[in-house]
This record gives sequence, structure tokens and C-alpha cells, in this order.
Amino acid sequence: MAYIKKVLAKFIFVMPLFFSSLVFSESSDYNMPIGVTEVSESIFELHMVIFWICVAIGVIVFSIMFWSLWKYRKSKGAVAADFDDNLWLEIGWTVAATLVLVWMAVPATQVMVEAYDDAEGEINILITGHQWKWHYEYLEDEVGFFSNLSTSQEQIDGEVPKGEFYLKEVDEPLVIPTNTRVRFLITGNDVIHSWWVPDFAVKQDAIPGFINTAWTNVPEPGIFRGACTELCGIKHAFMPVVVRAVEREEFDAFIAEKVTLAEAERLLTSKNWTKEELMERGEQFYQTNCAACHQAGGQGIPPVFPALAGSQVALSDSAKHIQILMEGVQGSAMAAFGESYSEIDIASVITYTRQAWDNGEKGDGVIVTPQDIVAYKNRIDL
Amino acid sequence: MSTVVETHDHGHHGPAKGLSRWLFTTNHKDIGTLYLWFSFIMLFIGGSMAMVIRAELFQPGLQIVQPEFFNQMTTNHGLIMVFGVIMPAFVGLANWMLPIQIGAPDMALPRLNNLSFWLLPMAFGILISTLFMPEGGPNFGWTFYAPLSTTYAPSTVNFFIFSVHVMGVSSILGSINIITTIFNMRAPGMTLMKMPLFVWSWLITAYLLIAVMPVLAGVVTMMLMDINFGTSFFNAAGGGDPVLFQHVFWFFGHPEVYIMILPAFGIVSHIIETFSRKPIFGYSSMVYAMASIAILSFVVWAHHMFTVGMPLAGELFFMYSTMLIAIPTGVKVFNWVATMFRGSITFETPMLFSIAFVALFTIGGFSGLMLAIVPADFQYHDTYFVVAHFHYVLVPGALFGIIAGAYYWLPKWTGNMYDETLGKLHFWLTFISVNVTFFPMHFVGLAGMPRRYPDYALQFADFNALISVGAFMFGLTQLLFLFIVIKTIRSGKQATPEVWEGAGDLGLEWTLSSPPPYHSFTVQPQVK
Repeated sequence: MAYIKKVLAKFIFVMPLFFSSLVFSESSDYNMPIGVTEVSESIFELHMVIFWICVAIGVIVFSIMFWSLWKYRKSKGAVAADFDDNLWLEIGWTVAATLVLVWMAVPATQVMVEAYDDAEGEINILITGHQWKWHYEYLEDEVGFFSNLSTSQEQIDGEVPKGEFYLKEVDEPLVIPTNTRVRFLITGNDVIHSWWVPDFAVKQDAIPGFINTAWTNVPEPGIFRGACTELCGIKHAFMPVVVRAVEREEFDAFIAEKVTLAEAERLLTSKNWTKEELMERGEQFYQTNCAACHQAGGQGIPPVFPALAGSQVALSDSAKHIQILMEGVQGSAMAAFGESYSEIDIASVITYTRQAWDNGEKGDGVIVTPQDIVAYKNRIDL
Repeated sequence: MSTVVETHDHGHHGPAKGLSRWLFTTNHKDIGTLYLWFSFIMLFIGGSMAMVIRAELFQPGLQIVQPEFFNQMTTNHGLIMVFGVIMPAFVGLANWMLPIQIGAPDMALPRLNNLSFWLLPMAFGILISTLFMPEGGPNFGWTFYAPLSTTYAPSTVNFFIFSVHVMGVSSILGSINIITTIFNMRAPGMTLMKMPLFVWSWLITAYLLIAVMPVLAGVVTMMLMDINFGTSFFNAAGGGDPVLFQHVFWFFGHPEVYIMILPAFGIVSHIIETFSRKPIFGYSSMVYAMASIAILSFVVWAHHMFTVGMPLAGELFFMYSTMLIAIPTGVKVFNWVATMFRGSITFETPMLFSIAFVALFTIGGFSGLMLAIVPADFQYHDTYFVVAHFHYVLVPGALFGIIAGAYYWLPKWTGNMYDETLGKLHFWLTFISVNVTFFPMHFVGLAGMPRRYPDYALQFADFNALISVGAFMFGLTQLLFLFIVIKTIRSGKQATPEVWEGAGDLGLEWTLSSPPPYHSFTVQPQVK
């Protein structure tokens, strides 16, 4: 028993040392990343200052406590004193605690003022959290896109080995220019999400009905990976943030390409789409944007996410079908897609869901074209 | 429990026989026992949910459960541990000990006491039953932020809301009873500043409960209206405000976390003075510190919301007010250390748990102080660093306080000494596993792992495996505690009235026989 006590006592003293040696290493596997921006570096330094003050207080308090426990053991014949207060000592440590807090509050306030700045950026990006993906829109150029997790379901289910950036990779990262003040305007489409990039020390909640701001200025090109940090439903862990910072020329080329693509898309709207073209595009869109809730086979997860296969709306009410896609369903998880996606996307996914899973055979099989969506929009605008 | 039934020569005042004793009892000791067993059972239910969580997080990928069920587990684990374990255990300890400590024959309102207990199994029966419904139980986190918990919630959320209402009624009734008892039934001579610290801690806690439980009831009622009656309190599309939910919730939620720690402060103070054989250092500053913590708890709530986009002045105000709490909390820690200083210390199981409480609760306090620093909180917020923080204050904090109190008073309740060797074994296994479980969470959190994730990036794999091993060990160790408690109830060395050496002078509970008669203090004691 005595031996065990000795070993345990050693363990108690050694374990904190072991762990704090990990902190010393300042590796980002154990500690907060230093990050790449001035703000993230200031925050890291502040974090370490506060941490070391806490360690110092801890060492003093715990030393006195463990020394007392050791020195005044009854088994060593300690006899208890009977004092039970000491006014000056109590005033002393209250004042000391207050001074330490002031010492912490000063740098904390400085860094807070540095980080908090909602002035316009050179580039302004509207970030919208959706269940469960991010939408990025460059406000100056009026182009935008969705950013979805690109890790395969097979990797998540363990059927194939996991890649290096498992759950930290997306199909299309946000691209921002280096050495430019970029302002993020952050909001939510359905529930509350939170947009976090540790290397920028930017974390802001994406709240429906609110627009929050954050900003960054990245000095070097690179790829920075973050996450959604507010519980937003089933796939909360599966909507990472990836930001690619590039030189200004590359950024301009990227935007130019996006603008061209958007222009081409607008022209396509007036073309006559065949059923096969709509089906192909619709299936792709469905798998990326709808299958998370309504499932790949259209069976949904009733009653929260209704089945589309065999649903009355998909079988026989194309007007209602368009309305649901465009406006969403009040009081449910179904969001309005009309503002976020092109007429072609909306038309093709409606056409797809009216044909797929035997819906075409059982129902009216109506084909909805981009022109129908344009007509719907015009009607609403009146 | 059977030994409690033995009523010596007070047989004609004794308890009823059979089940009706427990259903209809108005005896504070019986109701205390019911509360304690209820919370013990809930500890194993909530603990099993934690085991499911840790099994899933043992390695990256989805192996054991799907995210939908994982979210139900995190939500119900939190709700059960907060409302079903920590709070009822403290109420149980209060029921057993408050009347005895103030020299009263029973609680002031015994029938109300029976009602406030029996509401609890009903509330938790409703809550847990949702897990077996087709849509599954609540899955929006124990903080149930709208609109995830309103527009996007499974319809079982209505059961959850009803269950929270019932819990709230139970807590409010219990608090009314405690306040009434303390103010009206103290033995002659026991002035407020002579009350035992556990009584003080509960007086303050009961006021906190009465102040904030109606706020919780309000917020879930607003949810109920939003879900079923077309209002838009939290629905932005209808002109509502999702952030309002968080303000109201945390106005309840922050005092709530002190509700879960103040009684532990009281218990630990008694234990440290008993085993240091020296009166508690700074009694009055202990009382003032608890009162300050309680008052400050009403002006710090938005430190849970630093990333919702508050104005700069708001962020700074809540940072400063939160940092202020470190002062009274620090004073308490200094007082405990000063009580041990120049004492004559022995290390029985309750003392070991109390020493661990002081050390590990302080670590939780440090991480709390770090979390108060707004700019740094932008990095910590909603990561495992937060999970580490609140588990340090709630497990080696609140739960260790409860376990310490159980060991400290078990001989008084049952009349039998517990097995000291097994008690120490329980302590060391618990102490090691609690740190293996929760300490590495600081590191995965700082490195960037968000909380409430059923799956995570590969860089967090090693620490998560370690955390899971610690958690399984911690869970299994509590079965040993169950064994020790049952063994003590059934047998053990006969306990003396004062139980602990020199405890006779420390409080009225040590002047009664062990176990105390079914109706104690039928003649009022005098306090000098």
C-alpha cells in the first residue's frame, strides 16, 4: 500500500508536467494555432500570456496546498492551530487577485479593439450558412457558389482509407486575395451556424435574420481549413470551411472566370432544354443539394424530411412544386432555393424529381423548363 | 436503506411499511434518500449515454451510431446530468442534512417536499421516453438553441418542453421549502452568521433557483408557442430574433451553473475543516464570497455568446464582469488552503475527494478565466476546450463534492462505516480516470476540434482514443461506488454519533445517533 501511494503521488506531480511540456512545444496539434494574420498572432500571444499567469497562480496555490498537506499530516504528529481568520491576509489576497485581473484585462482589451473592426473591406463577401454547406457571394462582382464537403461517404463509413484532409476538404473553396482587407458578412439561411477559420482567428455565428461582420488580411498565399462550430443538425460535422488565399492577379482571374461562367449560365436559360439534359443536370444537383435530407432514393426521413418518391406534389402538381422550390415551406426545414440557384438548376431538379423513382410513370411527368421558372419569377415580381 | 427503517424505541413514530412508505412519505430523511437514489440511477443512465458518445469518438469515421442518434445522446447526456443528477443529488443532501444541521425536526413543508420529489421521475420518464419514439428524442444540444429546437426540431420537442416545465416546478417547490425551513426552523441561538456553510450555500442556491427557473419556463413556453401556435419569438422569417433565445436561455443558464456548484462549496468546506481538525478559515468571507458569486451570476450571461455579434461595448462589459467572478472564487480557494495550513490532517475518502475538488475545480476556474478573455474566446468558443472547462467544474467540481458529501455523511445516514480501503481505491481510480478523460480535451479543443461532432479530422485521433479509454475507466469505476454504498447500507463497523474524530463540536448532525432517529430533534436543541 505504501508503495502504491508513492507511485500515485509521483503520478500526480508528474502528470501536469508531462502535459505542460506538450504545451511548450507550441505545436498546433496541442495548442492554439498561431495563425497567419496579425490578429491571430496577437490572440495567440494573449492566450499564452493568460495561460502562463494561470500556471503561475496555480503553482503558488497548489504548492502551498500540497506542502501544507505534507507538512501538517496528523500521522507525523501535527497538532492543529485554532486560528480562523486574519483580516489583513484576506484583504491582501483579495487586492492581489484584483490586480492580477487588471493585468490580464489590459492586453485583452487592446487585442479586442484590434480584432473588432466592421469597416468596409476592399473585397466584401457574403457568407451564408445552409444545412449543411456554405454559400459564398462576392458582393462587388455579384457571383457566388456553394462549397460542399468533398470527403466521400465511403471514407466516413470506413469502407475505403481516409484521406489526409478527411472532413477538411470541399469541392470549391472560398478564394480570397492576399494583402487585401477582406470583410466577411455572415448570415444563416435556416438554423444558426458558425464560420470559423482558426488561422485567421475569425469565428462568427451565422444567424438567420442577422448579418454579422468579420474581417481578415492574409499576408501569404495558402490553404486554410476550418469548421462549422455551432450545432446545426445532423451534418454539423460535415460542413467544413476551406479558404484559399492567392495573389491578387490570380484572384482577379478567378473572379473573371466566375463572371464569365455566370454570364454563360444566364444565356443558357433561354435555350430549349431537352428532357435528357434537364434530367442529367437535375440528378447531379439533387445528389449535391437535396439528398442529405430527402435521401438519394427520394424516400426522405419522414416526418421531418418528407419522401419525394410518390409524393402528391411531385406526381401531379407542378405549380406547387415550383412554388416550394422557390419559396421554401414556412415552418419546416425546406428552405427557399429561388434566390440562391439559377433558373436552370431549379427547373432541372424539379424535372428530375418528377421523373425519378417511378414518379414519371405514376404521375403526370410534367417537364419544367428554365423558362417556366423565369415566368414564375416575373409573375411574383408583378 | 433497510437500516434507516430501524427506529429503535421510536417504533410508534416509525415509517409505514412497504411501497407506500416511499410513495406517501413526508419525512425529510426518506425524501432525501429518494432524491439521492434517483440521482444515482440517473447518473448511470446519463453516464451510459456518455459511453455511447465516447465509443463513437474512439476513432474517426462513423462506426457505432449515426449522427442523428449521436446528437440525441449528447443532448440527453447533458440534460440528464444537469437536471437529473447534479441538482437532485444536492436537493437530496439538503433534505437529509439541512433540518439536522439547523436543529429542526423536519422540513417546513413536508407534503410539498413529497410532491417536488415525485414530479422528478415523471419529468425524466417523459424525457427519456422520447428516445423510443419514431422521431427520436431531442437532438439540438442541452442548450437547445432556436431555431434548431423550434422550426427544425422533431415533434418530440413538445415532450421535452413539458418535461422541462415539470422539472422547473419541482425545483421551485423544493427551493420554497428550503428557504422557508432555513428562515423559520433554526434552533434557538443559531443566528444567520452561525449557520453551517452548507446551509448558507443552499439558502443562496434556493434564491438563485427561484429567480431563474421561471426564466427557463418562459423560454420553453416561447418555443412551444413558436412551434404550435404560429408565433415568431425566435423565427427570423416572422420578424423574430434567434439571438433573443440565447439571451433568455443564458440569463437562466449562467446562474444555473452556480446552482450546480454552490452546494458543493458548502459540503467541501465542512469536510476540509473536519479532517484538518481546524475551524474553517474566513467563515464570513466564505458567506460573502458565495453571495457575491450569486449576484454576479446575473450579469455575466452573454459570455456564452461572444460570437453572436455583440457590439464592442457589450463584449468588453461581459468580459470584465466575468473576470470579476474570479475574485470571490479565488477567495474561497485561498480560504480552503488556509484552513488546511497548520491543521492536523488525515486523508479519509471524503477528504481525498475534497482535496481533489479544490485542485481540479481550480483548474476548471483557470480555463474559465481564459474563456472570459473575449478575443481568445473567439478561438476557444464551441470547441473541446469549452467541453474540458465545464467538465472540470462539473465532474471533479460538483460531482466530487456530492461523492465527498456522500462518504462524509453515509455513516451518519446508515449507522455503518463504509469500507475505507475500497473508498480510497474508488477515489484513486476516479481521480486518475477523470484527468485522463478531461485533461486531453483542452488540447484537442485548442488544436481546433469543435464540440458536438460525431466524426472528426485525423489529427485528433490519438487524443480522442485516450479520452475514450479514460471515460470507460471512469464509468466502470462508478460501479465500485455503487457497490460500496450498498455494502455500507447492509453492513459495516457501527458508527459513533460523532463519526469523525473531533466532529462533535462541528455541527448539530454529529450530536445525533448514527443513524439518527426517524424523527430527530423532537426536542429543540440550543445553540450557544
